[in-house]
Amino acid sequence: MMMTIPANSRVLVVLPHPDDECYSLSGTLAKHIAGGGQVTYACLTLGEMGRNMGTPPFTNRVDLPRIREGELKKSVEAIGIQDLRMMGFHDKTIEFEDRQVLDGTILDLLTELKPSAVFTFYPGYSVHPDHDATGAAVVRAMGRLPESERPPLYTMAFSRNCTDEIGFPDTENDVGDFLQNKLDSIHAHRSQFPSPGELGKSKKMDRELRERFSRERFWTFREFPNA
Amino acid sequence: MQLIDPAIIQQRIHDLQDQDLYIHLEMTTGAYASHLDSTKHPAATFISNALIRYTTGSISEKAPHFRVGLKTEHGWVYSEGLTHYEESDSERLILAGHDTQGKLVVALQLSKEPF
Repeated sequence: MMMTIPANSRVLVVLPHPDDECYSLSGTLAKHIAGGGQVTYACLTLGEMGRNMGTPPFTNRVDLPRIREGELKKSVEAIGIQDLRMMGFHDKTIEFEDRQVLDGTILDLLTELKPSAVFTFYPGYSVHPDHDATGAAVVRAMGRLPESERPPLYTMAFSRNCTDEIGFPDTENDVGDFLQNKLDSIHAHRSQFPSPGELGKSKKMDRELRERFSRERFWTFREFPNA
Repeated sequence: MQLIDPAIIQQRIHDLQDQDLYIHLEMTTGAYASHLDSTKHPAATFISNALIRYTTGSISEKAPHFRVGLKTEHGWVYSEGLTHYEESDSERLILAGHDTQGKLVVALQLSKEPF
């Protein structure tokens, strides 16, 4: 199923780490923004416990949060996101956070922004404990909205067993026209990723990048707890 | 970050002894360790901004994987696999161990102020 989000509407993205948006979602966001839409990206932490420090290492445990904040802002700019919220939680602690605080923070965003769609990780199938805990918190918070006011929730998953257990993604977005935004978003996270390559270098690389990055797929999440 | 010179670090450890210090100590194999290779064991642990005071402390001599031991009133702090230090930070001692891909594996940090 192709993804349809109403044009000119506001989308809310809730993810825990500064680079979580780039590989699976940045094209979708850039496309929505190019069509006149708004995006709020609530990034819960600054990824301050990340292990990647560049090759060779160009930063350290103390300076990493500042570096990653800069990378996040650069990525957000590459995508065109209008509203970045840095929520001030600590990397690796989302699953241990006070649920009232965490869920309340997300519910506040939902009631303030009234988004037409929400994006996060599929809880339980997203490998990193922060990813799973963020997805679970979004699901709990959205469960507290009346069903008639609940926007669609699009989720990302990539654990090894995910398709065995939750099936294949049901929604697909062709973001081939926004590959440059996506590559710029990935390149922005210099401390985290080696460069996947640049468009315009060669026909072969363009084809490879297009094959690898021009489709973004999501699972529509439907099993909300009763409010 | 610079590769560790044990003589410099030994002096810095000595300069910080016998005073209340905040310690950040961690070790991690990464949250993705068993994602692609299930034989790998994902382990991570950190303690951040605990207050310690050590009476004696030293760093091992042999590059590239250094060990540091700090003797406290009632116990010890031990860390192995340290490779780098932050040379631009004169107030705090920031030590880290990076693997061949540059990923952080271990960190030991000491400061008079919380991190």
